[in-house]
Order: sequence, then structure tokens, then C-alpha cells
Amino acid sequence: MAKQKKISKAARTYLTSFILVGGFWGAIEAVKLSGGLSSKAAGLLIPVCAYIMMAISLNLVVGFLGELSLGHAAFMSAGAFAGVFFYNTAGAGMPEGAAIVLAFLIGGLAAGIFGVIVGVPVLRLSGDYLAIVTLAFGEILKNVLNSLYIGADSAGLHFSLKDQFSLNMEPTGKVLMKGAMGITGIRKFSVFSVGILLIALTLLFVLNLMNSRAGRAITAIRDDDIAARSIGINLTKYKLMAFVSSAVIAGFAGVLYALNFASLVAKKFDYNLSINILVMVVLGGMGSIPGAIIAAVVLTVLPELLRGFSQYRMFIYSIVLIIMMLFNRAPAFVMWRQRMALKFRSGKAGSEKEDAGKKKG
Amino acid sequence: MKKFVCVAMSGVLAASFAVSASAADQIKVGGIGPTTGPAAIYGTAAMYGEQIAVDEVNKAGGAVQFDWKFEDDTHDAETSVNAYNSLKDWGMQILAGTVTTNPCLAVGAEAVNDNMFMMTPSASSQDVIDTGDNVFQICFTDPNQGTASADYISSKKLGTKIGVIYNSSDAYSSGINTNFQAEASKVGLQVVANEAFTDDNSTDLTTQVQACKDAGADLVFLPIYYTPASQILKAANDMGYKPKFFGCDGLDGILGVEGFDTSLAEGVMLLTPFVATSADKATQDFVAKYKEVSKGDTPNQFAADAYDVIKVLAKAGEKAGITADMSASDICDALKATITDPSFTYDGLTGTGMTWDASGAVSKEPKGMIIENGEYQPIDGESVSASTEAETESE
Repeated sequence: MAKQKKISKAARTYLTSFILVGGFWGAIEAVKLSGGLSSKAAGLLIPVCAYIMMAISLNLVVGFLGELSLGHAAFMSAGAFAGVFFYNTAGAGMPEGAAIVLAFLIGGLAAGIFGVIVGVPVLRLSGDYLAIVTLAFGEILKNVLNSLYIGADSAGLHFSLKDQFSLNMEPTGKVLMKGAMGITGIRKFSVFSVGILLIALTLLFVLNLMNSRAGRAITAIRDDDIAARSIGINLTKYKLMAFVSSAVIAGFAGVLYALNFASLVAKKFDYNLSINILVMVVLGGMGSIPGAIIAAVVLTVLPELLRGFSQYRMFIYSIVLIIMMLFNRAPAFVMWRQRMALKFRSGKAGSEKEDAGKKKG
Repeated sequence: MKKFVCVAMSGVLAASFAVSASAADQIKVGGIGPTTGPAAIYGTAAMYGEQIAVDEVNKAGGAVQFDWKFEDDTHDAETSVNAYNSLKDWGMQILAGTVTTNPCLAVGAEAVNDNMFMMTPSASSQDVIDTGDNVFQICFTDPNQGTASADYISSKKLGTKIGVIYNSSDAYSSGINTNFQAEASKVGLQVVANEAFTDDNSTDLTTQVQACKDAGADLVFLPIYYTPASQILKAANDMGYKPKFFGCDGLDGILGVEGFDTSLAEGVMLLTPFVATSADKATQDFVAKYKEVSKGDTPNQFAADAYDVIKVLAKAGEKAGITADMSASDICDALKATITDPSFTYDGLTGTGMTWDASGAVSKEPKGMIIENGEYQPIDGESVSASTEAETESE
């Protein structure tokens, strides 16, 4: 106990986060080697990684910046479409490694640009405006992507928001993106280790940011923006820094997620997904990175574990959610937990003393 | 005495082994579809349809026996792949799914990887069968439906000025519309209004109906599902606009919408492969069984398609001589060879003389239906030509 106290809080977060992720990776690889990994578990790996990144990303905005984003799935969507579009077209002729790295960079960049577009006007304001604007942004992006047609022929790319025929392509032209059908026939790239690597990079970036001068400015804004301004912190700059980084991470997560499936539709990245990710953050405890990781894993895997209950699945899922939320947050539960922890500790201490006493005797 | 008991016991033991062995002889067929969420009505219907067919196949006691399991995918690609993987863990050898298009595309890619034979009852996009040569459809592809509708309207001279109201956020609807527009310009139909709505603003469709009315459309083509269609019919009725309405298989079910005055659907025409009120014995048997299984519902075409999928699998399986101890990939190769063989045809609830080519698309005739007195009547049949004549006379 005494030893743990000596380690700073920041270092402890580092340790727990990396041990969690490393342990997760090690455990999965071990099971994989032994051949005991079921198809279901194998199929869940990449989505879980993507959701972990989304939860960390949103945590940056909700937990550390103290602003509410209700359209985080839109940044994921922007990254997913940009990255997959590149990987499927220009990336097809490149060496695999270069194509993947570029796809991720392009996905992150696309999401980052949208982050700047949304963030610059809104983050100048204080209040709940970000929640409203991100909510609207998510819906706009979803509907635009839902009606966007892109085709390619020898003359280059053609765009249309109407239908396939308004693309005016040569007969040999290929339609790359078909409105509500989205992008189909995606060359899949799903490597679990890449997912883990991305999570590790995300963690490294976020934890370093939080422990830097900028990170302290960001948390200062969260705690009291007037006080922060009075000591000369540029509010908009630091708010933007947190928000855009978060959008870029969401973009990476989007590329990772989308490359795991053969088809990609904008409908997936709707309001429900944004809220789902928000639930992960809230359940994990706002501002807690290890908490967000655990919550993301639990909330992604839980509906699949409950498959046996067939149509009662979502019913049980929501009850479990409520119970977990109460257990984490309700004052009565928190008190009870603290009491139990105390009892456990004193009990342990007592038995240690007893042991010591026995030895003496 | 002891000896006798011993023999008897071993006999029982052997018998029990025999029983379990016959259970192991069952080929494991998986189904995937949305039984919860916004598209639950389609997945549930398909689930019941498959269940009825599997029971019939096993009861008939042919060479091919099925062990069947159905998983929910909530009409989401990610969940659908999860469902596919959990069915694979269960030991699935053939996939009878998935019901909806986008999930089917994602699952199709996995099935191609595993060389798992799959036949979808209702994922109607062309892209579905383009996924791989192990993916088959029993429904028409969207392009076919759009083209067939335009041809049908023009050859029967149902209308000259066409208005279209479609759901631009839905793959099914925009897919049909795209091909309808292409064919319409070929066969000389004049499309005077092409109005879109999305899932998010489908609660009030008055504007779209008004636009069709203003454009003077005498036939409104509705390549959409029945819930928004019921609102369109109501809106048209409220504004005293009485064009002909023509839809595709998505309109099937419009008579069952809760709180909808079905008299508004009188005269609505649709192309659908299955009609629950049809008089033939196979259909009536199926409807009766479906009502029993679903506790009172009338089957729609999704149920009939799914039923046919299982029956096709059984028929092709028997012909190909597949057995439960074969791997999914071997079964796939055997079924592929059999089903694409020109000598293989299947007569079912959703069409007769169905054949498949290597692309995976089915070849069968579309049936035109018109709603009269709250029931579907075939447009093509004898009674129909009489009724259309009567209609033109009254006009």
C-alpha cells in the first residue's frame, strides 16, 4: 500500500492503462496460439479495439475538457469513409503497408478537418453549444454520406448527390460509392495487433497530453473557465487542441473499424452510436482512461454474450447497464462499496496482526 | 436374469447411441436476420418461414435432415458478422441468410472467405451476389425489380406520366428507383416527378405527394416499404389526389399496418412473388402453419422466401448427396455444382421453375398483384384482365 502511494497518480494511470491493454493483447494472443479462440471472439476483436479508441477519444472531450459531444460517431464516420475510400481505390495499387499507413493518416486527417470546422466557431462560446452543434453535425454528415455517389472513369472522379445516373460517367466507369448502399466490396484489413498498436499510440498521446502544460490548461478550463482565463490561458486554443485531437483519434478508430467489414454504410454512425460511446465514457467514470477501456470492452462484448437470451437480450442489456451505473455512481452504493472496502482492509490488517501475534507467541 | 438385464441394457444403450447418431446426421443450417430493431418484421417472418420448412424437411424423413438455428442481427452489419461467427462456433455448415441487404454484404464477404454456401431469402441488391460465387439469392435483385416494374407499367399501359416517391436513405429503395429511371427512359415512360425522403423525415410525406400531384402524375411508383407507403396513401386521399399506385415487394404487408384504413389501399398494384390469399394448396398449407407458429400472423413474402430457401437447400442437398460429416466447404462446392446445373429446377411458394446461374441470381417470373376488396388478386390471371377492363371502363 505504502509503495503504491509513492507512485504519482499520473504514473499509476500510465501503468494501469498499459497493463490493461498489454494484458488484453497477451491473453488474446495466448488463446489464439492455443487454438481455443472461437470465431465469435475473433470477430469481436477489431470492433472492441475501435470502440476502446472511441471511448478514449470521447473521454478527452467529455472527461478532460468538460464539454459534451453528441456526434462523436460522425468523426468516426468521416475517418472511416475517407480511409476506406482511399484504401479501396488509390491504395489498391500500393504496397500493403504503405496503403494501410496512408489510409489511417487520411482517415485521421479527414476527421481532424471536420473537427476544426466544427470546433473553431463553437468552442469560442461557453455553454452547451458544442453538444447541440455536434449533434447537428452528426446528422448532417450522415445524411450527406447517405446520398453521396462517387464514380470513377478515365476522366477522373465524378460526384453526385442525386443518383447513380447523374454521375454522367462513361459506360466503363466504376461506381465507388453508392449513396445509401455506401461502399461495398471493401478489401478487408483486420489485424488485431494493429488495433492494439493504435490503442497504445492513442494512450501514449492522450496520457502525455494530459500530463503536459497543455493538458493542465485543458483541465483548468474544465474546472473553472473564468479562473483559467484570468491567469492568461487562451481558452479557444486549448479547447480546440483537445477537441481536434479527439476527432483525429476518432478518425483512426473509424478506419480501423471500417476495414474490418466488407461493407460500410453511413447509417451505422448515427446518434445511437454516439450515445453508446458516451455511455462507455460515463460508465467508465468521466476522465478515467482505464475505466473507459474496461467499459468499452464490456459494452461491446456484453450484447454478444447475452445472445442466448434471444429477444430478451437488449432488455437484459439495459437492466445490466442501469445496475452498473447505479453501482458506480449512486451515493448509497458508493457508501456501501467504501464500507466493504474498509471492512476488507481492516479485516486483512486484523488477520495480519493475528498472524504476527501467533508468530511472536 | 442378470445376463438378460445386461443385454437389454446394452440394447438400450445401442439404441440411444443410434438416436444420437441420427441427430449427428443432421446438417447444421444457420439463419441470420433482424428479429429485433426497426426491421424486425422481416427477420421474424423469415425465421418462422425457415422454422416451418425445417420441420417439414425433417418430418418428411428424406436423405437430408437439418439442425437449424436462427440468430438476431438487429439489421446491423457488425452484429450480423457477430451472429455469423457465433453460428460458426455452433458448427454451421450452410447459411440460410441473411435477411437484409447491408448486413448480408458484410456476412457475404466472411462466407466467401470460409467458402460457406449461403442463400439469402431477401437481400435483393445486385452487390450481394457479386460478393462471391457461393452467394445465392431466391428473391429478385433490385435492378430486376426496377426494370420489371417499368416494363410492366409500359406494356400494360398503366400510366403515362409517372411520379416516383422513394427513400433515398434506403439501399433497397434507391436501388430499385435507379434502375426504374433507367428503364423508364428506355421504354418511353415520362417521369414527371422524382421525390425523395429519408428515414429521418418519413413521418410526414405530404410534400412529396403534393409534388407528384402538381406535376400531374397519373401513376405514382412507390419502390418503398409499406409503412411510409401507408402514409402516402393517406396523404393522397386527404388531398383528393387519386392516381394509380404501383409498388414492389416492399409494399407487401400494407394491409396489416395497424391503424391504417385498408380501403385506401384499394386498387394499389404491386409486383410481389408471394400472395398469402392465393388458392393453391401449398400456399394455403403454409399460411395455416405460419399462423400456428406465429400465433395468428399472416405470412408475408419474406416468410415465403425463407421457406423456399430451406426447401431449395434440401432438394439440392439430396441431389448433391451431401452428408452431415462433410465440411462446410465441401458442402458448398457440392451445392454450387448442383444448383447451377441447368437440370435443377425448383417449384415453391414464390415462383415455379426457378433456376440459378453461376452469378447466384434466380430466374423466375414476377407476379403482378392488385388489391381488391382488401385482398390481393393477380393482375395477370383471367379474373384480373377482366377487372382491369372493368376499371378502364369505369374510368
